[in-house]
Amino acid sequence: MSERNPKDPENPVLPGVEEEREVTLGGPERGLAEVFEVPIGPIHPALKEPIRLTFRVRGERIVGVQIRTGFAHRGIEFMGMRQGRNLVQVLYLSERICGICSVSHPIAFTQAVERAAGIEVPPRAQYIRVIISELERIHSHLLWAGVAAHELGFDTLLHLTWRVREKVLDILEELSGNRINYAIPIFGGVRRDITPEQYPKVWEAIRYYRGLLEQLLDAFLRDPTVEARTRGVGVLERKEAEGLCAVGPTARASGLRKDVRQDRPYLAYSDFQVRAITPKDYGLTPVGDVYDKIVVRLLEVGQSLDIIEKALENMPEGEITSFPKIPALLAHLKKAEGEGLGWHEAPRGEVIHYVRLAAGDESLLVWKVKAPTYSNLLSWYPMFEDQEIADIPIIAACIDPCICCMDRVYIVRDGKEEAWTKEGLLRLSWEKTRRLQR
Amino acid sequence: MKLSAFKRALWVFHVATGSCNGCDIEIVAALTPRYDVERFGIRLVGTPRHADVLLVTGPVTRPMAERLKRVYAQTPDPKAVVVVGGCGSTSGVFYESYNVVGPVDRIIPVDVYVPGCPPRPEAIIDGVVKAVAKLEKLGAKV
Repeated sequence: MSERNPKDPENPVLPGVEEEREVTLGGPERGLAEVFEVPIGPIHPALKEPIRLTFRVRGERIVGVQIRTGFAHRGIEFMGMRQGRNLVQVLYLSERICGICSVSHPIAFTQAVERAAGIEVPPRAQYIRVIISELERIHSHLLWAGVAAHELGFDTLLHLTWRVREKVLDILEELSGNRINYAIPIFGGVRRDITPEQYPKVWEAIRYYRGLLEQLLDAFLRDPTVEARTRGVGVLERKEAEGLCAVGPTARASGLRKDVRQDRPYLAYSDFQVRAITPKDYGLTPVGDVYDKIVVRLLEVGQSLDIIEKALENMPEGEITSFPKIPALLAHLKKAEGEGLGWHEAPRGEVIHYVRLAAGDESLLVWKVKAPTYSNLLSWYPMFEDQEIADIPIIAACIDPCICCMDRVYIVRDGKEEAWTKEGLLRLSWEKTRRLQR
Repeated sequence: MKLSAFKRALWVFHVATGSCNGCDIEIVAALTPRYDVERFGIRLVGTPRHADVLLVTGPVTRPMAERLKRVYAQTPDPKAVVVVGGCGSTSGVFYESYNVVGPVDRIIPVDVYVPGCPPRPEAIIDGVVKAVAKLEKLGAKV
C-alpha cells in the first residue's frame, strides 16, 4: 500500500482500523482510558418507537447503556378505562397499541374479556384467529429480517425480503380488507369468515413462501458477510435470558424453549402441537448472538406455514361468532362481572392483557397490558456490553423492538457536541461490513 | 431562487411522534420494490437538514412536541409538511389522552393530510406528490 497521510485532503484515507480509532477518539495517544457518553434518540432510525439510549463508550467499546422510554406513551390504558367507551370501542383502541402486531393485542384482549365474561368462542372462529395471527407472524418476521439486513448495509436483501413480504400483506388484505390493522377478532368470535373462494389464494401464498424459504435461509444464513457481522455479536447467554425474563425469539435464540403457544396453549393452538424453535432445530448450539436470532425468526416463518396449512386442512365448519348481533354482545358484556387474563405469542414474544369487568358498567374497570418489548428491553444491557459502536444498530434491532427512525448521535468531546446522523452511524456499520469483506 | 431540482428529486425526512408503527411500515413499504418511489427520486434521508418534505406520523405525545418543533426548524425552506395517518391529522382515537398534545397542526404548520389508519402506500405517495405541487408553487413565489 502507498503512503497515506490522514491529514491530507488530496489523498483521502480509506477507513482502516488505525484511522478509525483516530477519528473516534481524537488521537491514538489519548482517550483509550476515557469514557464518553453517546446519547441516541429519541428520534432514532434504528428503533421505530422513539426511545433514548445513552451509551458510555471507551474507545470503540461500549461499557454501559442507559435506557429511557416513554416518548411514545399515549395513555391507551387510561383511555380504555374511561367512562363512556364500551368494550367494542376499547377493542378498536387495543388494535392501535402496535401497528405491526395489530392482531396480537386484540387476540390477547378478547381472550381476557371472554374469560371474564364467560363467553365461548366457536371452533371455526378460533381457527380463523390462529390463521390470521400466523400470517401476521410471517409478515412481521420478514419485516424484521429486511430491517436487520438494512442495518448491516445489505440493502439488496432489504428490498428482496420486503418484496417477498408484499404477498402475505395481499393475503391479509384479501381475508380482512386491510393491509395493517385487520380488525378480525371480536368478543365471542371473529368478524369475517374465510370464504371458499379465498382458500386457493391462501394455499397459493403458502406454496409461494415454501419455495422461497430455502432461498431466504440461504441469503441470510450462508452469506459470509452476514455471518461476519452477526456471529458473536450481541450475545445473550441462556442464564441471562432466563434471569432477565426475555420472551419470544430473543429468549429462544439463547436456547430457552419458551413459547406461550407451547407452554399454555390457547385458542386452537393445542391442535397443532407447537414446539418452541431454538437454533438447535437448525443443527446449531445456541449462543444467543444476532445470528441465532435470525435463525430462529426465519425458522418460525416455516413453522407458521405449517400451522396455517394444518389449520386450513382441518378447518371446522360452523358459526364464526357466538354473538352475531352487536347489541346482544354489548348487553351480555354489561351484565358480566369478573376478571380475566389473556395471552398470546406475538411475533416479538408473549403479550398479556388483564381486565376486570363490573356488572352494570359498559366500560372496563381495570385494563393492564404487558407488551413483549417491555420484557426484552432489559436484555439489551448484557447484549450491548463490550460491543463496538458500529454494532449498535444491529444489536438494537435484534430484539425487534418495533423499529423505525433514528436521527442522531451526539458525542461530547472536550465540551463540544458532535452530531452523528443516522447516515453517519449506518455508514460506520456499512464500513465495518466492507472491512470484513476484504 | 431556482427550484427546478424538485422536478428531479425530493428528499423526505420521517418523524415518528408516538405513532403505532402502522403508518411507519407503510412508508417503508412505499420505498421498497412493490411501490418503489425511488424511481421518482423520492428518498428518505437521515437528517431534517437535507429534507424538502417532512413526513410526520403519530398523534404527537407530550415529550415529542418540543422535538417536533426543533426538527421543523432544522428543515431548510422551502419545505412542506405531510401528515400521514388519522391520529396525526385529527388525534383520532387518542383525542382524550392526557399525554397527547396533537394533532400535528397544533404544533407545526401542515400542508398535506393523508387520512387512513394506516393509509395505503399509494395514498402516501399521492400525499407526497401533492407536497411537490405545493413546493413548486412556493418556488414560483420566491
